[in-house]
Amino acid sequence: MANHVLAFVETRAGEPRKVGFEAITAARALADAAGGEVHALITGAPGVAGRAESLGRYAADAVVVVEHAAFADYNPEALAALVAERVRSGGYRAVVFSASAQGKDLAPRVAAKLGVPLAADLTSVQLSGDKVVGTHPVNTGKVLATVTLTANPAVVSLRPGAVTAAEAPRAARVETAAPVGDPAASRVRVTQTIAGNTAKLDLGDAPVIVSGGRGLKAPENFKLVEDLAAAFGNAAVGATRAVTDDGWRPHSDQIGQTGRQVSPDLYVAVGISGAIQHLAGMRTSKTIVAINKDREAPIFKIADYGIVGDVLEVVPALTAAVKQARGNS
Amino acid sequence: MKIAVCIKRVPEMDVRFKIAPNSTSVDETGLKWDMSDFDGYAVEAALQMTEKLGTGEVVVITLGPDATQETLRKALSMGATRAVHLKADRIPFDNFAIAKALAAELQGGGYDLILFGKMSIDSSNGAVGPMTAELLNLPCVAAASKLEVANGRGTARRELEGAAELLEFPLPALVTIDEGVARPRYPSLKGIMAAKKKPLEVKPAQLGDVRLTVSTMALPPERPAGRIVGEGAAAVPELVRLLQTEAKVL
Repeated sequence: MANHVLAFVETRAGEPRKVGFEAITAARALADAAGGEVHALITGAPGVAGRAESLGRYAADAVVVVEHAAFADYNPEALAALVAERVRSGGYRAVVFSASAQGKDLAPRVAAKLGVPLAADLTSVQLSGDKVVGTHPVNTGKVLATVTLTANPAVVSLRPGAVTAAEAPRAARVETAAPVGDPAASRVRVTQTIAGNTAKLDLGDAPVIVSGGRGLKAPENFKLVEDLAAAFGNAAVGATRAVTDDGWRPHSDQIGQTGRQVSPDLYVAVGISGAIQHLAGMRTSKTIVAINKDREAPIFKIADYGIVGDVLEVVPALTAAVKQARGNS
Repeated sequence: MKIAVCIKRVPEMDVRFKIAPNSTSVDETGLKWDMSDFDGYAVEAALQMTEKLGTGEVVVITLGPDATQETLRKALSMGATRAVHLKADRIPFDNFAIAKALAAELQGGGYDLILFGKMSIDSSNGAVGPMTAELLNLPCVAAASKLEVANGRGTARRELEGAAELLEFPLPALVTIDEGVARPRYPSLKGIMAAKKKPLEVKPAQLGDVRLTVSTMALPPERPAGRIVGEGAAAVPELVRLLQTEAKVL
């Protein structure tokens, strides 16, 4: 029976990531439509089996665990070989990855090994008869494409955060499997994983993002953006390309056409004029607040709420007010 | 050092797109076209590597209709050595079909390094590069934000969500390029003149079956018009009230 769906569960430092649970949730919907089971595949250094049960919480019927010392860090070649072989031998109808940084590397490799295209970076996916149909933002999010995948197996990757990981506990059976080939013999090796500031929320996970642009006038004024983010308590800090190009902030903070694309519940644009390249990275945010001295700035056209004024004056006042509001709630 | 860079011609993005009457593509009337952003970084990275070594060849390759030759000419005017146009009536959406055609061209080309942009700015799939690597059985790093090659080996950095990875691999290899590796140069007048005389070879693209298509394209819902809450710090209390009671995000 080729009706099962395989979900690849990404890990970091031995722990499954939220995007892995999202993949299981999406796989569940596909498997229900196909009349098959969801198998969640998790890999890691010896000990990762201890995480298997947590995957049943997201409605996996079976958890396949592959442990190997060479799976401690991301091991693209060995993982691609493993997933492709599992799909071939298990007769899966579909494979679901996250379109995370790692998934963007892994999913196309697996698809190519299976000789099929990849429906990449989908914001929704469903099985409709003998086709898999999904939504994929193109042209920097200015156009939504509905894509149709007729290949079998269907290999798809999901935009992080597009599907909410839904808990629906099942007693998942746990199966242990062996790697394919020797994972220690991979040509591409991760020599180091540089942990970011773990106290800092990632732009993709944060419900609130406070972003700064050139309107802050000087790099030291970015402190105001950080203070406002800290006042929210659940905020990450982003930046425009102008600011990252000038070295005020690292490139990894850049939101926009060539940087990160984010959709937080609240996006606060501080001293950002709203160049089209920046809007491409944040236009799908649920609520947008803009603070800018120029009333004609394009950011005000897409902001739900705007304040016209000097950011050096308005932002500290907003920081104090947010602190107070949160203190009272 | 022989480097191939696979590039794509895409519409410039700073416009309001319209959907074509067939509802499966954007209306191309009035669009301007250029090399996809990340492909520009890849071409620049390749040029810098060969310039640093003082020797080598940068071959640019694209797939698509005749108009894509203007993108190849741009890369030649930046400094690439020669170009290959894999001719197809249109660029299919199927990333595996494209990867097959590119792999067929790259196979046996004797390249030490094959570069792609990390994704095309229009289709935004980011799949063709790693797929081509698999088809050629080459080591691959997707979305490198730093890349160095020396003595037959490469090292790269990849940005993760809130972290980063350093990677090592042997050459030949295929790497897709993220922003940060190199900012693309503008073609000089001399470069533009020289590009006209550089070789540009045209071959039919050997595309495979197309099994991934765009069935419809639509514009996302417009954001409702926002409002200016007020001016200066005096507007802060009203903004906070709206965030609490209307947007319910605070």
